[in-house]
Amino acid sequence: MTITYMDSNDLPQISKKVRRQILEMIYQAGSGHLAGSLSSTDLLVSLYFGGILNKNDKFVLSCGHYAPALYAVLANAGKFPEKELKTFGQLGTRLQTHPHNLSLPGIETSSGPLGLGLAQAAGMAMGIKPNRIYCLMSDGEQDEGGVWETVMFAAKYKLDNLVAIIDKNGIQIDGKTSEIMPTEDLAAKYISFGWEVFEIDGHVFGQVLNALEFAKTVKDKPVVIIARTIAGKGVSFMEGKWEWHYASLSKELFNKALKELR
Amino acid sequence: MIIKSTRDGFGEALLKLGKTRKDIFVVDADLKESLRISEFAQKYPDQFIECGVAEQNMIGVAAGLALTGKTVFATSFACFSPVISWNQIRIAVCYSKANVKIVGSHAGLATGMDGASHQSLEDIALMQVLPNMVILVPADYEQAKQLTKLAAEHVGPVYLRLARPETEAVSGKRLAVRVGGSEILRKGNKITIIGCGIVLGEAMKAAEKLDAEVINCYSVKPLDEKTILESVKKTGRVITIEDHNVIGGLGSAVAELLGQKYPVPLKILGIKDKFGESARDYKELWHKYGLDSDTIIDAAEEVDQEIR
Repeated sequence: MTITYMDSNDLPQISKKVRRQILEMIYQAGSGHLAGSLSSTDLLVSLYFGGILNKNDKFVLSCGHYAPALYAVLANAGKFPEKELKTFGQLGTRLQTHPHNLSLPGIETSSGPLGLGLAQAAGMAMGIKPNRIYCLMSDGEQDEGGVWETVMFAAKYKLDNLVAIIDKNGIQIDGKTSEIMPTEDLAAKYISFGWEVFEIDGHVFGQVLNALEFAKTVKDKPVVIIARTIAGKGVSFMEGKWEWHYASLSKELFNKALKELR
Repeated sequence: MIIKSTRDGFGEALLKLGKTRKDIFVVDADLKESLRISEFAQKYPDQFIECGVAEQNMIGVAAGLALTGKTVFATSFACFSPVISWNQIRIAVCYSKANVKIVGSHAGLATGMDGASHQSLEDIALMQVLPNMVILVPADYEQAKQLTKLAAEHVGPVYLRLARPETEAVSGKRLAVRVGGSEILRKGNKITIIGCGIVLGEAMKAAEKLDAEVINCYSVKPLDEKTILESVKKTGRVITIEDHNVIGGLGSAVAELLGQKYPVPLKILGIKDKFGESARDYKELWHKYGLDSDTIIDAAEEVDQEIR
């Protein structure tokens, strides 16, 4: 299979820039969801800059607290001016702390409460066939029962134009997912519900792009890409630490983090 | 005289709409027979989606479809949707202004038999507090047909509240309906009775003895403030009636209006912050919980005495 992305060599550079912008947004806002925004960056960059999305394909961010990552990616994709990123979370901004479909171009749904996106993505998949819908969820989000209603539904209707991506960074607000609510066997769960499952390293662009390309070839089944990632990826003192799920950055730590992403 | 239910009216109107409006989709949570949409499902299989007993997913799917340009009716019993699916309705439908019509059937004590768990007495309250939501409650079969069509024409979230029992028409001649509208079912001078839903039949019975003006507030949100205020300025006293908790329903909405714009003596009739119970006939429940014409006549007497 030929991979159609334009120049994968650029992707690590774009990711670095997006991560810096995430840090800047959250530093300016005072606090925010750092760990997940940073863990999902390479996935979003692959999707938007890896030549995956066709013109009428759509992306749904189900875990709305990853908004900083999506906003930075959309700004770099030219959906709105990059300088607007600094308004994130400020009064009157189009960049709401959790995404609002009516506020900003490129945002398809509203999210915030977990477990709402996949069902909407399934509905959209039915509405815009044969175009594809991509839906990013977090692993903590798999705790929500509503997700599994849709997992059943999408298999029943053989929604092969629905591609779910799970950012499996292993943490949630209060601790490790293995302690809060274990989801180690996610792949087995999805397989038993009738989905096609790809498990990959979510920080290796070749693997991410391959999985996204292979997802296009699957017939009669929805696809989930379970991407193992590192919470807080790119900032050494955040990596793997659930304490950085939602946090604020001192000026000193902010500068230290930025330095690592140059 | 035709004796049919508001859910019958909904099913028949939808069937008609399905023929010409190919943008209309119906999603269902394993209750298509009860919602009177089996024929729709059979005739328009490409516009019908069975979601199983999973109301959260059903509303999410409805919102997703709506965001791709469809007009979606999401159907269940009121005690399941909007109750189980409220989170989805709040974020995926109302906040996003998705063109989804939440259809809650078997609302109120009128559900009868099934008892408290199935008698939704809270659904209007749940929908009142959501920005962008329109609440429509038909008084009879004919009006259910009109309001179904109106819901399909209105672009944006709508809650359509339906009832199970077959009832007589509350009015012989039907006026055009609109979002934010109401209809004066009967002219009168001594008191204004404001109601919604099939319980208006009781209001009409009581009105004969009271020289009451009866307003059918089929659009609970937005409320037809003009018609209500005009009537109340004439009569100077008000009774509201609904098959719903007295908290957060039509009565509360009328009280909020009159309290701020034209305070007059007011009685809110409905279920007094209680759960219902089983009964063979919903009329027994309406009698026990104070939703019949006798209760309205007593309430009118109480208002009179308070004024004297």
